[in-house]
Amino acid sequence: MYVIIAGCGRVGSTMATQLAAEGHDIVVIDEDPGAFTLLDDDFPGQRLVGQAIDWDILREAGIEGADAFAAATDGDNTNIVCALIAARAFEVPCSVARVYDPRRAAVFARHGVRTVCPTDEAQVMMIDAVLECPAAHREG
Amino acid sequence: MFVLIVGAGKVGLNVARSLSNLGHEFVVIEQRRSRFRLLEAELEDHLQFGDGTEMWVLERAGIGRADLVVAVTGDDEDNIVIAQLAKLEYRVAKVVARVNNPRNQQTFDLLDVDATICATTLMISMIQHELPTHQFVPLLAMHRENLELVEIEVTEDSPAAYLLIDDMRLPSGVFVAAILRDGATLAARGGEELRPGDQLLCLLAPDKEKALISSLLPSRRPEDVQAETSIDSSDE
Repeated sequence: MYVIIAGCGRVGSTMATQLAAEGHDIVVIDEDPGAFTLLDDDFPGQRLVGQAIDWDILREAGIEGADAFAAATDGDNTNIVCALIAARAFEVPCSVARVYDPRRAAVFARHGVRTVCPTDEAQVMMIDAVLECPAAHREG
Repeated sequence: MFVLIVGAGKVGLNVARSLSNLGHEFVVIEQRRSRFRLLEAELEDHLQFGDGTEMWVLERAGIGRADLVVAVTGDDEDNIVIAQLAKLEYRVAKVVARVNNPRNQQTFDLLDVDATICATTLMISMIQHELPTHQFVPLLAMHRENLELVEIEVTEDSPAAYLLIDDMRLPSGVFVAAILRDGATLAARGGEELRPGDQLLCLLAPDKEKALISSLLPSRRPEDVQAETSIDSSDE
């Protein structure tokens, strides 16, 4: 499938590398050309410098035929806005935004964007990890 | 009326001052510590510190009972998210947002923000209005109302030249609001004769632009006329 990833940080670059290795067509957008150093030199996808909330950049990335859009820039609001544009303006069937703030993640999940909240995930895992300590099984 | 303003820059501060003069209740949210400190003495308990895209900050400021939310930060993504939260989560009746980069206007429109103001676009329109070379200038767009105000010139070879307003043929849905002639503004009464050099202020739906240009400037291609005044905002 054809996937556009906004933000080439740790999450974006890892997603891009893995999805490309699985044979998918990938375009990564980042406003900082230096961010692409996180991708291997032989990364088979496309690198595009620009802002992911810019409709022209999204068109250049091929959003009109994209199967999925994933927003993983370092800004919650940027991720929400570009995922909304992908879903509403370009009708990308699957539009996902990484949103650190659990409350905003919950609101926009109800309004047309799939949200992934690392904070929610982390707190569940941290609680599980703490409860795995031997002391957790003692009374009190 | 209770108004919540997010962003205490020049725009937000002056909105706050005018609301204060009009006797309205208001709160302003500012996230930059230095700006907050600067304005604390003037705005007193009307000013709150915090990130206005955080829901607890909005709630602390009283968004739940706001009649109007004004999102005027310097960041378009923030303004869009504030406008969306106000509408979707807090059912605020009216939201006004600032567009910093004209390229983002279409995103505000896509997400149904009630009213948007873009200083850059307004400034460019006003400059074009002052330049004698433009025969057609879109002055003001009211996106939600699907209405715009444009200025169009009556040229020497225009079919409207020397006609009375009542006799000129305009596309349906286009209204002449006023005539600008020799620095004066005339009411567009039916018996007024149009002269070459007159600028007509017209109200119309944006999709009537081409029809208006064809009827008053028939020697020119509407696309070319529109392109001359379209705003190229490739970079801020």
